[in-house]
This record gives sequence, C-alpha cells and structure tokens, in this order.
Amino acid sequence: MNRFAHLIDRIGYEPRRNAKIRLMADYFRHTPDPERGFALAALTGALSFRHAKPNLIRGLMAERSDPVLFGLSWDYVGDLSETVALMWRAPDDTAPLPAIGHNNPPEPLDASGEPVALEGPLPHVPSLSEVVEGLATAGKTELPRLLATWLDALDETGRWALLKLITSELRIGVSARLAKTAVASLGDLDPDEIEHVWHGLAPPYEELFAWVEGRGPRPEGENPAPFRPPMLAHPVEEEDLARLDAAEFMAEWKWDGIRLQAATGRDGHGRLVRRIYSRTGEDVSGAFPDLVEALDFEATLDGELLILRDGRVQSFNVLQQRLNRKVVTPKMLLEYPAHLRCYDILAEDGEDLRHLPFAERRKRLEAFVARLGEPRIDVSPLVPFSTWGELAVARADPASAGAGLDADAIEGCMLKRADSPYLPGRPKGPWWKWKRDPFLVDAVMMYAQRGHGKRSSFYSDYTFGVWRDGPEGEELVPVGKAYSGFTDQELLKLDRFVRNNTVNRFGPVREVTYGFDRGLVLEVAFEGLQRSTRHKSGVAMRFPRINRIRWDKPAREADRIEYLERILQKGETELHPMRKAG
Amino acid sequence: MATRAADLLTLTPQGLYCPGGDFHVDPTRPVERALITHGHSDHARSGHGHVMATAETLAIMAVRYGSDFAGGAQEAVLGEVMRIGDVLVTFVPAGHVLGSAQIVIEQGKCRLVVSGDYKRGRDPTCLPYEPVRCDVFITEATFGLPVFRHPDARAETDKLIESARLFPERAHIVGAYALGKAQRVMALLREAGYDRPIYLHGAMERLTSFYKEQGVGLGDTPRVAPDERPKLAGEIVICPPSAIQEIWARKFPDPVTAFASGWMRVRARARQKGVELPLVISDHCDWDDLCRSILETGAGEVWVTHGQEDALVHWCLSRGIKARPLHLLGYGDEEGDADVVPGEAEGGDLPSPLRGGSTAEGRRGGGQDEDVSTLEPHLAPPPPGSASPSPPSPQGGGDQ
Repeated sequence: MNRFAHLIDRIGYEPRRNAKIRLMADYFRHTPDPERGFALAALTGALSFRHAKPNLIRGLMAERSDPVLFGLSWDYVGDLSETVALMWRAPDDTAPLPAIGHNNPPEPLDASGEPVALEGPLPHVPSLSEVVEGLATAGKTELPRLLATWLDALDETGRWALLKLITSELRIGVSARLAKTAVASLGDLDPDEIEHVWHGLAPPYEELFAWVEGRGPRPEGENPAPFRPPMLAHPVEEEDLARLDAAEFMAEWKWDGIRLQAATGRDGHGRLVRRIYSRTGEDVSGAFPDLVEALDFEATLDGELLILRDGRVQSFNVLQQRLNRKVVTPKMLLEYPAHLRCYDILAEDGEDLRHLPFAERRKRLEAFVARLGEPRIDVSPLVPFSTWGELAVARADPASAGAGLDADAIEGCMLKRADSPYLPGRPKGPWWKWKRDPFLVDAVMMYAQRGHGKRSSFYSDYTFGVWRDGPEGEELVPVGKAYSGFTDQELLKLDRFVRNNTVNRFGPVREVTYGFDRGLVLEVAFEGLQRSTRHKSGVAMRFPRINRIRWDKPAREADRIEYLERILQKGETELHPMRKAG
Repeated sequence: MATRAADLLTLTPQGLYCPGGDFHVDPTRPVERALITHGHSDHARSGHGHVMATAETLAIMAVRYGSDFAGGAQEAVLGEVMRIGDVLVTFVPAGHVLGSAQIVIEQGKCRLVVSGDYKRGRDPTCLPYEPVRCDVFITEATFGLPVFRHPDARAETDKLIESARLFPERAHIVGAYALGKAQRVMALLREAGYDRPIYLHGAMERLTSFYKEQGVGLGDTPRVAPDERPKLAGEIVICPPSAIQEIWARKFPDPVTAFASGWMRVRARARQKGVELPLVISDHCDWDDLCRSILETGAGEVWVTHGQEDALVHWCLSRGIKARPLHLLGYGDEEGDADVVPGEAEGGDLPSPLRGGSTAEGRRGGGQDEDVSTLEPHLAPPPPGSASPSPPSPQGGGDQ
C-alpha cells in the first residue's frame, strides 16, 4: 500500500504528462504481480467496492472525532478523504486524556507532532492486494472494523490513498488512457493495442503485463460492445455564423438531457452484449435497465437520455430524479421511464459508419430506428431552415418550429455539416452548438465562501441578492449562489474585494459590505427559474454563473425581485431572455 | 475587588489595549505606546510613538523600517518584571522567530498572557517557548484545525536534501518567509550535514546577515547573481514565497519548486501554488500544540486573536474552558497572506496599515461584552458542499 500511496501522492503534484507516465512506468517495472495489477485497476477506475462508500468513512470518523471539528476541518480541506487522513488518530494516541462523551479530542504528543511510538508489536501495514481483496470479500458489518484497523496502521499518505481508493476518486490527473499509455511504454506498444484487449481483461492483469513484457501471448478476447469516443461541438458565435454557409449545414434540437452512447455486439459465444456508456466512457448500464432491455440490435447509437411521459419530454429536473441512484426501484422505472433520442449511428451490424458523411449516417439512422419499432428509441428531428435568420427564429421559439410542448426541454440548436464524418473529440468546424441565450440579472454580492479543492484559499462562491420591499424599506434578498463564469484574473480581484470588504464572518463564510450606496454588482447568467420553498426569496436558479462583474454599477441600480417574478410567471419561452428590464 | 481580565486588556480599533499601562500590544495602526511581540510585519509596524520589545525584535524592526521606525524604543529584557503604569509586564520567549516573546500582563491577582505567534517545535534559531501559568491566555489559531499536525521539520529538510541528490540536473527553489522560516530551514539543512552553499534571493539577505550577526550558524549563503542562475543545477536556493512562481525562478535549470510552510499539509494548497515539493515546516503551533499549550497555562479563559478561531474556541468550550474569538483583522489573515506578502521581496512595508482596520470596528459591535454562550451559533458551519443560497444568519440561524 505504501509504494502505491507514494506513487499517487507524487503524481498528484506532478503537472507534466510525460513525467506522470514515467513515474507510473517506473512503478509498474519495479512492483511485482499482483500488486501492480491492482494499482493499474485503481488508476484506470476499474475497482469498485460495493459496501465501501463515503458514508462508511464519515461514520467511522464520527466515532472518533468531534462532529463540529470534523465539519470545520472538512470544510477547510474540501476533500473528505484528505480530511479524514489528516485527522485520523489511532485509538492509543488519544489514551492519555479522558474522553468527553464520545468525543476523543486528539491529544498532544511529542513536540514534533508525530504519534508516540506504540508499545508492543507494530500494526501490520496492509499491501494494496490485501486491501483490494479485503474490500471485495468483507461483509458489510465487518468492513468498518477492517477499515479502521488499516487506517490505524497506515501513515497519513497511506490513509489518504486508501480512502481515495474506497471512494473511487483518485483525482490525481491520470486518465485511464494515461495509465494504459504507461503500461504500453513497458513494451514499446501503441496504447491503442492495450485498448483493444482491455475489455477482455480483469484485475490484476497478470497476462497483460506478461504480454507487454514479452513473456506471454497477446491476451484473447475483444470487447464486443466497445465505447467509441463521442464527437463534441464548439459553441457558435455571431462572427462564426457570418462566415459559415447555411446551405452546408443541417440543424437539430439540442435536448436538455444526458448524452449517452448505446453500444451492442455479439461475444464469442454469440451472446448479445449491451452497454450504455456516458459521454466519458463510463459504463452506466446498471442505472438504466429499462433502456438496456430495449437495445435488441447490433449497433452503436449516439443520443440523449430523456424521460418521456405520454410522449412528452420531461424537464431536466424530472430526469434528475433518475440520476445518481444506486438502486433503481420498479416504481422509479415506472414513473421515470428512460428514453433514448438518437442523434447519430456509429456502427450497424459490425460495420463502422463513422467515416460516412453526417447526411448519409442520418438516413441510415432514420431507417434503422424505423425498422426497430421500439417506443423507447426515436430520432431527434431535424429543424428545417435555409438561412441563419430562419434558424434564429426557430431557436428563439422551438414550440412554433415543430417542437410543440417539448420546447421546454430544448436548450438550443445543433449545427452539423452535412458532409462531416464522426470524429472523436471536439474538432473545430464540423459541429456547432447554438444554445439559447441565458437569462441575465444584475444582483449584489452579499456573502462569499471559500472554494474547495484548488480554490480552497480563494473566496470563490458568491451568494448574491436582489432588491425587494422589506418591513423596514428596501432590502436585498439572496436569490442564488454562483462559483463560476469568471477568469482566474477576475477571481483574484473578487477575492481581494471580499477580503477588503468583509463586515462579518461565519466560519468559512464572509459577509461583505452591501447597501444602496455600497457593494459590488454581479451580472449573473442563468438557465431558468423555479419556485422554491427552501429559499427565502421563493426562487431557485438553474446553473447560475457570473457573466460580468459590474465594478461600475451602483448597487442601488441592481435588479428587483419583481423582475425574477416576471420570468417565473411568463415562463421561460415567452420572455426573450436578453430583453431584460432596465 | 479583584481585577477583571476584561478591564486589564480591551480592544480598540488599533488592536489589543491595556488601559492600566496605557499601551497597545502589536497594534495594527500607529499608536502612542506599543509593546511588540515579534518582528513579523503584521505585528511590528512602523510609525508608533514609543516601542518596547526585545533587543532582537527592535533590531529586526530597524533592519526592516530603518532606525527611525518609531519615535522612541526601549528594550525589554526576557524574564524581567517591569512596572508600566498600574500593571506589571514581563517578556517571555515564544519560540516563534528570533527575538519573539509572549507578553505577560499582571494586575492584582489577575495574570494575562498575550502569546503573540508561538510554536513548540524545535528551532535552532531562537529560544524555545516557555509556558506561563495564567488566568487568561491569548492565543493565535493560524493552524487551529485538527487536520494540521506538523511532522518533524528535520524529516522535511531531509526530503529536500534527498531530492537535490536525486535530481542533480535541477535547481531546488525553496519558498520561505524572509524572517525566521528561511533561517530555520538553513539551520536545519546545516544540522543535517548539508555543506554546499545555500543560495539566497536578494530579499533574504539582510535578515539572514542579521541572524548570523546574532550568532546563528548558517554557513555559506551567497546571494544569487542574475547571470549565475542557469548554472545552479543541483543547488538549493531560498527565496520569498512570492518569488517561486515569478519569472525570476524560471531562469534556473528545470527548477523543482518547494515551499516550506505549515499550509503544505493540505494538498490542494500545495497544488494551487504550483508546488512540487511541499515541505511541512511551520513556525506556528499545530493543532496538538495549541491544545497542549492552552492546557499547560492552566488558563480558565482563552481569547483567540486570529486564524481558525472557531475550531479552537469550540475545543476550549467542550473542555469547560471559557473561550471567545477576537476576530482581529490584520494579523496573518486566516490564510497567512500577510506573512507571504509583506513586500519583503523589495524590503518594503505592508502597503496599507489600515488593512482590515475599518471593518474590524464594524464587526466588533458589542463583541466586547458578549457572553461566551452567545458565540455558540457562530460555530455551526454550513454543511460542506451545501448548495443553499441562504447564508448563515448573523442572528445565529435556526430559521433556515
């Protein structure tokens, strides 16, 4: 465990891609099987432990620490695993002082802060293999004690690595692809060759290492339903449209759902393998059993996951109820039926179609889906237009341009060159997204909170408010919180503003100065509004972000709550977003 | 009637004030009479009428601000009890940096200790901290969270030496505060047997010379000449923290950027500064030492000046020790920024002595006489990652 812990600790500080590959390759070269194989599994995200989840870690910590101190620490560090790794104390350490309630405040040790050496035999430091095996086999009830034993035995880096492993979030800037590249470098192979055999393999990958090191044959077994990296679009700007020829493009709606790839294929035994991948290639089949069942074909489809009720596309808020669920209940399947609205077809009956022009693939897609006759799968319709002006009209009012009642679930248009092949990544030119304009509101900064992760020293999360009539005259009421949309340079200035204008502090939150004649106006962009009983103002914003910092604008000229009320009342589609009051 | 601590020391817009002796301690704005705990520029500012401090601290102020840093200066001898007005004052070593002292203030049967910044970890460049029994202990809380546990500083400098050995083709640029940290790192390197020259950024020179004059052995510490930089492969260079990401540092051969600071304990902070070799070396107490020191003073009441006040106040209260945060602005800031930025690179002063001063007034509103129990609501943090736009209520919440 220690070697692995130090590897990922070092990689975490290493910004250089090649140096990361070198560090990993060096580790693989000098670490025996099966230890290195489990490390590779961890680096590629191939490990998942059923019972070992963040909740368990929080529970363990709650037994050993004061909840207030833990809360403050977590908020400061911003990362659960690291907080616990830093705070964790072996029970012996706390012995000298009597506990107060169930709270064992850590107690001073020697002057350097190192744990006092324990009497008797040192605790056994687990290897990575032991940890992986233990996590896989331990039952739900024995897991907490097992984990606590390991945490007691490991040092801070080891604890951190163990907890990162359990929560499946190493986040050390290593993609699965980069780890495979490091493996490939052991034997001067192309990383793609690793990809080809990858899906037939399982941790600890002993045959893979034997092959790349020239000690064994190429592993058997191709992935019958591989993930094909999706093609993505750039946002289109006015000046782009000016140079683009509308006649060369086709347009379709941009649905406000989740982009998915449905891939199927037959394995060596002729069995149909069905997989649903997220945009980043994560296998999310488990979350959508209803949709998986509908994949009774051999093809790869690119589309949007939507929830349809009585043929009507539901809002993203409804879709959210289906996401991030560990268990999908029958009730959920019934109430939130998953639907795939297809944009593209990448392969059909084993034939790779990605080199074909979009117009061609589109015909194949329409024919394929028609033949399929599966109610859960349909094709995203094209939006007819001959000039950009016409498309702009359709984009501003999708309801009248054919989308009807589904217009609420449309977040703009996609422009695709009719002759574009399907290229992985985000090539500039063939595909564009033309999103609906956001709503804008001028609000006043009221509170700021330190960010998390690499922003933990910056006040980067801003609560902002608009004016309303209060019992004692005009007052600001908070309407939302934003933590993006600004540049690093602007963040420095905002952070400085917060520090220089603090009037109150509540833990990590600072209240800044605001009023009619003082305060900072933020132009906030957002995608929509909902009524909310949770918030004092009665509204909740969707995806608010800082559009502009209005250093020039007096706070008294910021917007009023009535402006937001109007947006709510008129509905998103009726009020042109850019035409704002004042 | 016995003297009350709250009468012995109060808060004014300038900072902590002792009416009985008519002096401030580490005031953040110019005052008539100031007692100074140590030479860091957020505690020792120029422009006071009269200053009393240890000989080393007075000398450091003269090095930084020029000999006219105050109208008049008086040396405080460590351990010597002095009468100032109606109170007795004693300076006692704080172990923070060379010349640093705690200030003990007594009247009647009430004894109060202003500890300034202090640490318990070993430091070859200054006298060790001495615990003083008292009724009220005034402490900082720069690293006042249980995630902060400083490792043995010697293991950290070993990491640096090891890395320099491992990467002889790269220069090792170590960011360290110009007063105290830089000299401590050098002294630790020497103790570990490192005998190569230790190269200095120009901003480190004057204070390092001063330490040497005071008899701290730091060996050969040449100043880096601009055209010499590309030739310093395998060498250790010490510079102000702000310089590690400046163009100045890029002229060295493939530099490894290191930073010696207690903040390096938290990964995100090291990464955010672009640090590749974090060295957890601090001149402040870690969490364990803060707690230990409070217990050792036997104080029944603790005031927390700056840093992560909330956690330390909570810890005290949970142990039955009265405690309150003073929320003093202008010291360190909770990020230690003041220590990083004090214009040391150019030998300048803090740009604005008023920094935070005006807001300190606004926030204090009634805080003076606030009962400890009313501080409780401030302790409840919003849940991490909470998306609620409603901020914690100044009235203490409960209505969210």
